[in-house]
Amino acid sequence: MTRRARLIIDPIACDGRGLCAELLPELIALDDWGFPVIPAGDVPAGLEREVMAVAHLCPRLALRVERAPRTR
Amino acid sequence: MSRGPSTQCLPPAPPLAAAWPRLLPGAAADDSGPSDLREHLARHGARPSCAGDWQRRQRLIDEVERAGLTGRGGAAFPAAVKLRTAASSPRAPVVIANGVEGEPASAKDKVLLSCAPHLVIDGAVSAAELVGASEAVIVAHPAACEAVRRAAGERAAAGCDPVPVRVLEAAGGFTAGEASAVVHWTKRGTPVPTGRPPRLGGPGRRPALVHNVETLAHFALIIRHGACWFRTAGTPAEPGTMLVTLLGVVRHPGVYEVEPGTRVSDVLGLAGGTPEEPGALLIGGYFGTWAAAADALPLPFSAAGLSPLGARPGVGVVAVLPSAACGLAETARLARYLARSSAGQCGPCVLGLDAIARELEQAAVGGSCDLPRLRRWLRDVTGRGACRHPDGTALMVASALRVFRAEFGLHLRGRCSATAGAGILPVADRSP
Repeated sequence: MTRRARLIIDPIACDGRGLCAELLPELIALDDWGFPVIPAGDVPAGLEREVMAVAHLCPRLALRVERAPRTR
Repeated sequence: MSRGPSTQCLPPAPPLAAAWPRLLPGAAADDSGPSDLREHLARHGARPSCAGDWQRRQRLIDEVERAGLTGRGGAAFPAAVKLRTAASSPRAPVVIANGVEGEPASAKDKVLLSCAPHLVIDGAVSAAELVGASEAVIVAHPAACEAVRRAAGERAAAGCDPVPVRVLEAAGGFTAGEASAVVHWTKRGTPVPTGRPPRLGGPGRRPALVHNVETLAHFALIIRHGACWFRTAGTPAEPGTMLVTLLGVVRHPGVYEVEPGTRVSDVLGLAGGTPEEPGALLIGGYFGTWAAAADALPLPFSAAGLSPLGARPGVGVVAVLPSAACGLAETARLARYLARSSAGQCGPCVLGLDAIARELEQAAVGGSCDLPRLRRWLRDVTGRGACRHPDGTALMVASALRVFRAEFGLHLRGRCSATAGAGILPVADRSP
């Protein structure tokens, strides 16, 4: 079983290109200024692969996925 | 955390332990200049060494924990937690005394550094010894830098410090005082927030222990007099004293030392009270909370006491807006200043704060204002920056929407209750 994952944004690196929101609209929305709003909390089950892909595709390398420790 | 008499307290240093005020050498208005090393030693005694084996240093940190010292830079984070983290870091950290004070309304750090530079340096050096740091850097506001340099020169000549002390003039700008920005400034000469916690890497990738200068001054006294003495002022939950900056319509604006728990009206009494009828208070600085004067004046000035208003002492600023002035216009000025002060790195901060300020400016001049959208924007910018600049701005504006609700209503109908101009809070930039 995979550990819970979180999508983390580096707001300094993010330029508002919007690729992430275009590829993953079910998770990421754009605010009124065109910058992605990353939901806090764990990535919903079943979206982990897509989230990993989006993180790798960000042209500004502003996204990363952090795995939660196995036990809290 | 234990309180009251404790057998584990450091031995008290009786002759000067009861000196009041604790931090400032005399009345704030006293213009006797900075205390030199001789005066400092006569008033506070010599700085006790904080060096020693692991156990001794842990005991000293325990003492700071018992004292309940919290950060005086606005966040009120427990000082002992930061000391412990730095002390257990595998690499020798750097101690940075944060005296940037980028907030134009606040003057406490400038006054403290100007009047009692040796007390701050004592604290920085003691912290450096305690955590095994290789260097103590004092980052001082330009207005106070000369006094700190002179003090550091005296100490170097006397050879009284076991770690090197470096004095660095602070960069200008509101966000330059944010902890990661201060680290960045000492390391690269760029005063912008990085979003990287200082404990993870300071200059040369060494971890940094960043404390506000007032926190270090209190720390220097705790090392001398112990936790029990520290707790003889303040409340059990918020012990010690704190420096406050009182401004706006008070008779004698300035920096004063108060005990948390003092009633807000008595705090303002230190500045001679209010010559005009107060309308609203901005409590805690520009990231603080607006409160109706009638609500705030009877409350104790402490986090617990102010919590019914959602306010906190923060950086200790209390600005009094007269009832004749328009709180909405004042908030719009403030929001514009904060938007302009963004470090310019994060989109939601740059564009969001500008949009929020524009909306408030429109409302202030009687134009249209989409309140639901403004409220959504306040939520939208929160947590979206590398630092808390957008969060703090949104909190302040949200409190204005609550406190000046009636004024908003008037403005939307093209009217304003003010009979006097706004412009109480300073929004002047120091040119970088």
